Amino acid sequence: MKTAGIIIVLLAGALLLYATRDFPPWGALDSPASTHVSPRYLQKAMEETAVPNVVTAVLADYRGFDTMFETTVIFCAGIGCFILLRVFRQRPGDRYYRHIATEITLHIKGGRIPKKSSEFERIDALWTPYDLIIKTVCRILVPFIQLFALYVIAHGHHSPGGGFQGGVILGASVILLAISHNMRTAIDRFSEKTNNLLMAIGVFIYTGIGTVCILLGAGFLDYRSLSAVLFVDKIMARSHGIFGVEIGVGITVMAVMISIYNNLASAGKQDEGL
Amino acid sequence: MSELIPLIVAKYNYWLYIILMMIGLYAMIAKNNLVKKLVGMNIFQTSIILFYVSIGCKKGGTIPIIHHGIHAGRHVVDPAHYVNPLPHVLMLTAIVVSVSTLGVALALAVKIYNRYKTLEEDEILARLRAK
Repeated sequence: MKTAGIIIVLLAGALLLYATRDFPPWGALDSPASTHVSPRYLQKAMEETAVPNVVTAVLADYRGFDTMFETTVIFCAGIGCFILLRVFRQRPGDRYYRHIATEITLHIKGGRIPKKSSEFERIDALWTPYDLIIKTVCRILVPFIQLFALYVIAHGHHSPGGGFQGGVILGASVILLAISHNMRTAIDRFSEKTNNLLMAIGVFIYTGIGTVCILLGAGFLDYRSLSAVLFVDKIMARSHGIFGVEIGVGITVMAVMISIYNNLASAGKQDEGL
Repeated sequence: MSELIPLIVAKYNYWLYIILMMIGLYAMIAKNNLVKKLVGMNIFQTSIILFYVSIGCKKGGTIPIIHHGIHAGRHVVDPAHYVNPLPHVLMLTAIVVSVSTLGVALALAVKIYNRYKTLEEDEILARLRAK
């Protein structure tokens, strides 16, 4: 297997290295990739969509279909992870509770899960003492991370950013809460039901904006027609349409990242994990 | 040989990505552990992403955000001043999709581990044959 692998890899590598002979040199202005459609995007994007960031304009407007189905791919990955891993009917396993006043740890085998009480707190089986400094710093940091994520989504028209990047940062803020405290704290704040709903809502916003364009008499995802409902001219309508779509993308990406993390880290039980 | 050195110097970025891709491909084919295979897959994807981004590079070009403000963007834009935005768009989505596929692959690995209590490929195959 190893020798066969080496032979296949070397053959593929040698073929590709041979093919680089025909490649344009690095940074060439007249390389094939930069000569056909890309100059048109660069020259016309600002004029046609009022979005200075050409990447955002191409992502959500010129190649809107592509991005819509990429969002759907991410949604499907989240659903796939959920279906593969999520355990619904779980046998009550070993659980650990700590008496807060005396710090005595109880080990409960089986039985029903007790209701929440102020005297006992549940702790993870692979329990490590949670550091107060890490907990506090992360708790303070989370809202600022979320604020930055919203900035990245909303300012994607004028600076590097957009729905995908902002969504990942938003997801990371909730995952940080799960890592620094424990998974139950994060799920209490941001329940699984909300999360799974948001996963679908993001895709719905994207396709919904496309459908509204059809209802207004234009093609699917043709944001110019939105000028009738947004009371702006057609160019600004494209800009606003891109913004709406980016919000949808951001919501889906955030929810999928949180869902994948929660399901993977707890092996589908969603009660304790890393 | 005298031709090879200038070729490498002019296109060393592609050579680096191809070597990175070979490392990833080798890990996917030859490694025995499923998680190592997934790491190989991620290295492979990263090399493709780097390859695409380097295709969009232009000497002396800046990020593809049109200079705007005073003239409100109504000036003529010279494409030579901005790098090619298209590979960036494609890779922007590819990065997030690669994270998602990695999530699904890890979920499958967790399921396989729960069933066979191992992630080594040969042990899984031996258990499948024993049944």
